[in-house]
Amino acid sequence: MNVTDTAFVLLCASMVMLMTPALALFYGGLVRSRNVLSTHMHSYASLGVISILWAFFGYSLAFGGDIGGLIGDLSYLFLRGVGAEAAPAASQLPHNAFMAFQGMFAVLTVALISGAYAERIKFGGMLCFSCLWLAFVYCPMAHWVWGGGWMMKMGALDFAGGAVVHMASAAAALACAHAVGPRRMASSALPHNLPLTLLGGGLLWFGWFGFNAGSALASGGLAAQALVNTHLASAAGIVGWMLIEWKRTGKATTLGVISGALAGLVAITPGAGFVESMSSIAIGFAGGLICYGGVLLKNRFHYDDALDVVGIHGIGGTWGALATGIFACAAINNVDGLLYGNAAQFGIQAVSVVATWVFVYIASRILLKVTDILVGLRVSADAEAVGLDLSEHNERGYNL
Amino acid sequence: MKKLEIIIRPGKLEEVKQALSSVGVHGMNYAEIHGCGRQMGHAEIYRGRTVQVDFLPKLKLEAVVDDAVVDKVIDAVCAAARTGAIGDGKIFVSEVLDAVRIRTGERGTEAL
Repeated sequence: MNVTDTAFVLLCASMVMLMTPALALFYGGLVRSRNVLSTHMHSYASLGVISILWAFFGYSLAFGGDIGGLIGDLSYLFLRGVGAEAAPAASQLPHNAFMAFQGMFAVLTVALISGAYAERIKFGGMLCFSCLWLAFVYCPMAHWVWGGGWMMKMGALDFAGGAVVHMASAAAALACAHAVGPRRMASSALPHNLPLTLLGGGLLWFGWFGFNAGSALASGGLAAQALVNTHLASAAGIVGWMLIEWKRTGKATTLGVISGALAGLVAITPGAGFVESMSSIAIGFAGGLICYGGVLLKNRFHYDDALDVVGIHGIGGTWGALATGIFACAAINNVDGLLYGNAAQFGIQAVSVVATWVFVYIASRILLKVTDILVGLRVSADAEAVGLDLSEHNERGYNL
Repeated sequence: MKKLEIIIRPGKLEEVKQALSSVGVHGMNYAEIHGCGRQMGHAEIYRGRTVQVDFLPKLKLEAVVDDAVVDKVIDAVCAAARTGAIGDGKIFVSEVLDAVRIRTGERGTEAL
């Protein structure tokens, strides 16, 4: 074990924890004022419930002994044996530090989905779906990619969660948008507080350094490269989004700038520890352009992904996973991509993309159906008109 | 007595307030409102989605004045609130039957 690495990862875990409150601010500003608290609740409820379930069984299902490449065993149930000894997956870290770091990812991923069903889901339905989704979707995905499952064995590259976090949350978001249905009067819904969104987005950027650099699981050159790549990709995402928006609509917007930053961050997540600095700028810049197109998809295909989880995390995550197969460079982390003569890596990445979308979408639709039968998914038309803050939580965000 | 309902651009509040004071009208109130009229709305853009906003923010001032000064007050308000572009606002004038100062019980113009 290494004390420097341990300190580094504990700090990164704390930064990733902050991303969930940051996401609450980011999403909270984008909804109408009558739903600002319910949108925050989706994130904070995830911090509560998912953290506990992660300790009860989530960590074991994701990182326990491999069963057929599909799921972890129950050896770490209730954190049995997860203490200060070296982690099996990262011998430089105490087992509990590794478990906590990974737990923050699970919390954030579940919270990310909430952008799709915001402003109309029942709180009970949201909780029920989130718990089921952790067990039946997130844990298998994390196991496949990071816990020794089939995607890991296949050689798919996902440094910090392009598939596990971003594509998975986005495929679930698409399933939610389809299952829950569009908001009434969605076309007239405007963001009620963009400064809140910008603050949340800025804090997400900060937390992302913990998310991506921390995924090196050790302090040192690789973590530094991941941090540099993360920052440059986010910056390039801003520039990309700003340019295309300026050209198409005649104005650059603050929401566009922060959306571009997130697009760049999402796009670089799977490749943060595999690509060179200049590649990260290309990935982030293209991420800004592609995700600008991504958020327009919902108009064409008529699903109400309220806060653009699919457009940014789905499209950006997909681009990032493929881009990792293009730009990966053995000088950084021992794997080459298409540009460095290893076309097969691009194929492997493509398989992981398709598998993630198909598995997560179908599994999520099933879990949403189960949730609908058990507790119901959608609030009444009256409750939706009044707003979820009052109808679901008996409080208001602003008593001015 | 007449009641003036004066709808103006939000940025014109201070100038209109001073204009009213300068012609001896010291009592008034205002509310933030949203309205639509000839000015039409404007487009806002959120993540590439263009949203037409029809109701624009305006302020509505209310003041009750003596019949004798109505025209003078209207002229002062118009001079202060006018920019010449569509959307400067409107003034509605209506009859007021009575007024009461609650503290003293004064009635009519005495209460203004």
